[in-house]
Order: sequence, then C-alpha cells, then structure tokens
Amino acid sequence: MLNVSGLACSRGERRLFADVGFSLSPGEWLHVQGENGSGKTSLMRLLVGLSPADAGSILWRDEPTPSAEFRRDLIYLGHHAAVKEDLTPLENLRLAAALDGIALDERAALAALIRLGLRGREELPVRVLSAGQKRRVLLARLLTRPAILWVLDEAFNALDVAAVKLLGDLIAEHLANRGMAVLTSHQPLPVPGGKTLTL
Amino acid sequence: MNPFLATVRRDVLLAMRRKSEVLTAVFFFVIVTSLFPLGIGPEPVLLKKIAPGILWVAALLATLLGLPRLFAADHGDGTLEQMVLSPSPLGLLVAGKILAHWLLCGLPLVLLAPVLGLQFDLDASALGVLTLALLLGTPLLSLIGAIGAALTLGVRGGGVLLALLVLPLYIPALIFGAGAVEAHIAGLDVGGHLSLLAAMLVLAAFFAPWATTAGLRIALE
Amino acid sequence: MGDHGGIEDCIRVSQSIVQWFRFASPQSFYPLAGRMVPWFWAAAAIFGIAGLWMSFFVAPTDAQQGEGYRIIFVHVPASWMSMFIYLVMAFWAGLGLALNTRVSSMMAQALAPTGALMAALSLWTGALWGKPMWGAWWVWDARLTSELILFFLYLGFMALQAAIDDPRRADKAGAILALVGVVNIPIIYFSVKWWNTLHQGSSVNLAKSSMATTMLWGMLLMALAFWMYSIAVALMRVRAIILERERHTEWVKHAVA
Repeated sequence: MLNVSGLACSRGERRLFADVGFSLSPGEWLHVQGENGSGKTSLMRLLVGLSPADAGSILWRDEPTPSAEFRRDLIYLGHHAAVKEDLTPLENLRLAAALDGIALDERAALAALIRLGLRGREELPVRVLSAGQKRRVLLARLLTRPAILWVLDEAFNALDVAAVKLLGDLIAEHLANRGMAVLTSHQPLPVPGGKTLTL
Repeated sequence: MNPFLATVRRDVLLAMRRKSEVLTAVFFFVIVTSLFPLGIGPEPVLLKKIAPGILWVAALLATLLGLPRLFAADHGDGTLEQMVLSPSPLGLLVAGKILAHWLLCGLPLVLLAPVLGLQFDLDASALGVLTLALLLGTPLLSLIGAIGAALTLGVRGGGVLLALLVLPLYIPALIFGAGAVEAHIAGLDVGGHLSLLAAMLVLAAFFAPWATTAGLRIALE
Repeated sequence: MGDHGGIEDCIRVSQSIVQWFRFASPQSFYPLAGRMVPWFWAAAAIFGIAGLWMSFFVAPTDAQQGEGYRIIFVHVPASWMSMFIYLVMAFWAGLGLALNTRVSSMMAQALAPTGALMAALSLWTGALWGKPMWGAWWVWDARLTSELILFFLYLGFMALQAAIDDPRRADKAGAILALVGVVNIPIIYFSVKWWNTLHQGSSVNLAKSSMATTMLWGMLLMALAFWMYSIAVALMRVRAIILERERHTEWVKHAVA
C-alpha cells in the first residue's frame, strides 16, 4: 500500500538523509529511529506531503502522493498540540471533524474522550488542562477520524504510564484492523512487531 | 457540516471567546477617524470634503491590524498543518477563514461607518453610499490581505512587511470606494464606482483563495 | 519506417529539451552569463553615447519648455524600463514556480533591484522636470502616481525575499507576490487614471505636443541603452546570486579558486 523509495532531504546545505526506502502493507508498522537532528520529523513531513523531497518517490495505493485519496486515508499527529486552547475538548474534536468533512455526533466524540481518560474534562477550556491531557485531546482524533495510515511523530512524549499503554493499545487495535502506522521515537515502543528504520 | 461553514463557525467561535481582538480593530477605526478633525481643525466644509477618504483609509488600516493574526494562531498551534492535510480542499478552508475574518473585522467597520460619518456632517444618502461602498470594499480588503498574510506567515518582521506588501494592492479599492462617496456628494452617479468595486470583488474572490493557499503551502514547507 | 522516423523525432525533441534544461542549471548558466555580460555593456555604451549625443546636440530646443525638457530622455526610458522589468521579473518568477528551475527564480531576484532603480530614477527625474514645469517637485499626476506605486511593489518584492531565510521559500513566495502584482498593475494603473481625471489633476501629454523625429530617436536610443544596461547588470547580479547559493558545491569552489 505504502511504497517509499530513494527519498532524500536536506536542510539548507546539510544533507539529512538520502536513499531512504521502505514499504508497508496492511497490519504493519514502521518504527523510525534516530538521534536528535537525524531528520525523523523531516521524514514524517515529507511522508505526509507537508514539504517536498529533494529526490525519491512516495506511492500510496500505487499512486504518487499527495493525492486527495491519500489525505483521506491519512492522519498525521505532529509535535504541535493542534488543539485550540479557547475551545473545550468536545468542541475541538467536533470542529476538527467538521473541517475534515466528517459527521461526528456528540455521543461518538464523548465516547472517544472518555476512552482517552478525559471524563469530566470535556466541557473545560483546553487552556486549563495539563500538557499530557492536551495531548490526549489530540489523540482522541485517532478514534473519531477513520484513517488507514497513522503517522505519529513523537506521539508518546508528555504522556504518563497509563496513557503510553493506552496509545500502545490503540495502535495495536488499529493494526489488527488492517491499519498501518509510522511512528517516530528514540525509545522502545509498547507495540509488538514492526519494521525498523534507523536514520 | 460543510467544511467551509465549519471553518467560518470555528473562527467566529474562537473570536467570541477572545473578544478583545475584534474590539481592538473597531476601537482603532473609531480613534483614527476621530483624530483627523483634531489634526485638521473643525471646519465643517473641509471635513465633509475629506470624510470619505479618512473613513476609507481608517478602514484600510483597521483591516490591516487584524491580518497578521489571520493564520498566525493556527500556524503556531499546528492546526494549520492539519488543515493542509485535511481531506477537505485547502482552498475551501482558506475561503472560510477569509469570510470569518471579514465577518469579525470588516462587517463591524461597515456597521460603524455611518455613525462615524455623522461626525463629518455627511447627509443620509451619502452615508448610505459610504456603507454600500464599504460593504463591497471590505471583503475585497480581506481577500487581498489574506494573500499577504499567507506570504509573510512566520517571517521576521512579518507585520510591517505585510503592510508594505498589501497597502499598494489596496489602492484601487480605496480610489473607487472613497470615490463613490465623493462622486455622490458632488451630485454624480455612483453606479460606475460601485460596479467596478463589485467586479474587483468577484475577481479577488476567484483568485485570492488560490494565491493564499499556494502561499500557505510554501510557508509550511 | 514511419514509426522509426517518429521515434527519432521524439529523441531529437527530447534532446533539444535536455539542451535547454542544461542552461537552466546554475552551473552551465554561470559561465554563459559571464560571456554575455561584456557584450551587453558594450551595447549599452554605444547606444548610450549615441542617445546622449542625439538628445543633447541634435534634438531641437522645445518651443514651450526650453532646454529643461531634455530630462525626458532619461525620464521616459526609465519609466518604460521600470514597467517592462516588472513583467519580465514576474515571468521568470512564475516560470521558476511552475517548472522549479532555480536559475529563473534567481533571474527574477536579480532583476528586482534594477527595476526598483528604474522606478526611482523615473520618480526623481519626474520631480526634477516637474519643478520648472509646474513649479512643484511633486504633482499627483496619474503616471507619476502609478510609478510611485510600482516602486512600492518592487520594494515589497525585495523586502519579502530578504525577510525569508530559506532561498527556495523566498523564491516561491516572491513569485506569488510578483504574479499578484502583475494582475494588479493594470487595475492600479486604470484606477489611478480614473482618479486623476475625476480630480482634474494636471497631466502632461507628450503625444500631443508635436515631437520632432529627432526627439523620438533620442528617446529610443536611450531606451535601448537602458535596456542593455539592465540586462548586463542583471546578468552580473545573477552570477553573484548563483555563487552565493551554490557556494557549498564543488564547481563553485573550482570556479572561484
């Protein structure tokens, strides 16, 4: 489904990586490892189509990306909180879905927030939540937005032990449903199996 | 809900949670128009003559005041990235943001202008023309301004640069907008001015979201 | 046989395209530009000398304006060039955006200061001409006002490019601004003209004042001189930009060594 070959990226004059290639089939996940500054985030941004690659190709369902179909099948969670501080978790989730053109009723949104351990926080402005809780609001989108490919950049940062286990479970469930995931982290991840790519 | 309307709703909702940002532009508009008589002197004939120009220049500057924030907040917290990667066309979301900007920043100016026009002794029909011209012109300012806001997103000294890029492009709107009121006061027909403003608005509505989208993609690279 | 010929044609066409793109690479354009620069300087000097001679010694003294009118031999060509260079700049910038050819974006960047210089020269000579003509350094004449706005557009383009650190991003953002500017210039020009007639401002109409043929020749020669100068300077500047942007490559290290 996802075929990446010969990818190269440089920042200014510095070559970050070259000739990166991998492929993923349904049910598989890739762990991108590397030191700080090795280009993990840059690779994620190339992969999802936020920035152009110097060379190489990224094929999704044998079509070059970014295509409309790719964006429909993709969910990308980056370093940013990507939630609005002045809105409540519930509003954040429902408006994000509406922007993506997805109907999300209140019950489903609430269920996702409860699964992420935000019961009782759904009507508070995100501003008053802790960093870890903000992160959980963002992660709730994994439940409300149907997508095949999850690209999660340092998603395990700022999470407590329980949340790390929860996210691990969510990814495992997603893979069991023939989903795919690309994760970056410099620590071992609580998800079994998986390919590894070291930058 | 349609993604376009969802974006409008989201931005209006956000602005309502933080009313000070909307009110700043409105107060700015009021203060700037009130400063001119103090600087020029209270002579009614002169004030009436320069009123259209003053109100229009003040509207231009008030619109400019809110522009740097148009995309900066979404850029800062990462929601802009999510919009770019959204299955909805980015042009549609950008158009929604521009409409929201006009609703929050342009429309209050349109509604306030007749009241401020009274300070300059404009009669009722002139106030009507002024309001109509602003109603056609302020969306144009939001559309053109959005291009500048996208191009200067995350750039050093973005606010000042934005003014330098956008103000020259505002000149036709200023000429025809203020010109409509002046022509009316001089007893001339204003149909031509208003039609040209409307034509420019249509042109900008077609091209500006496209150029803004391209600018945003470049800014995120 | 027919098929065979078709394939050969294809190969020939693709080879000529490859040939074109070879010049689109900074490495091959740098020496090419270097070879062209002296020729354009020489042409600029020849046309300039001829144009100045024409405009100072051959063109007759104007009946109404006396000798002061001679500044139009600088003013008018500078105005023409300032407008023309904006179009050329937008063309190269747009080409760089569409085809991702780096040299065309660099060309656009190299042209901007020359265009701004021409606009500034046009404004300055306009003011010098205006003082004896209308008794004021500045009048809100439609053409002068448009020229002033064009000058602002150049400044905006250069300021935007200077403010963005990443050169590729600067190229693309500048290209969009230049294209938006090109769409707007006719609208701005038209609206300023309308505004000017509405307010009955003083406007100079050269076409109506009977211009001697020698005057026209002087102006044309000066325009050619300005044109050649602009090309020469833009090529020199593009060479400097190429060296700066490609300084980490091997060929630049060889070229400079």
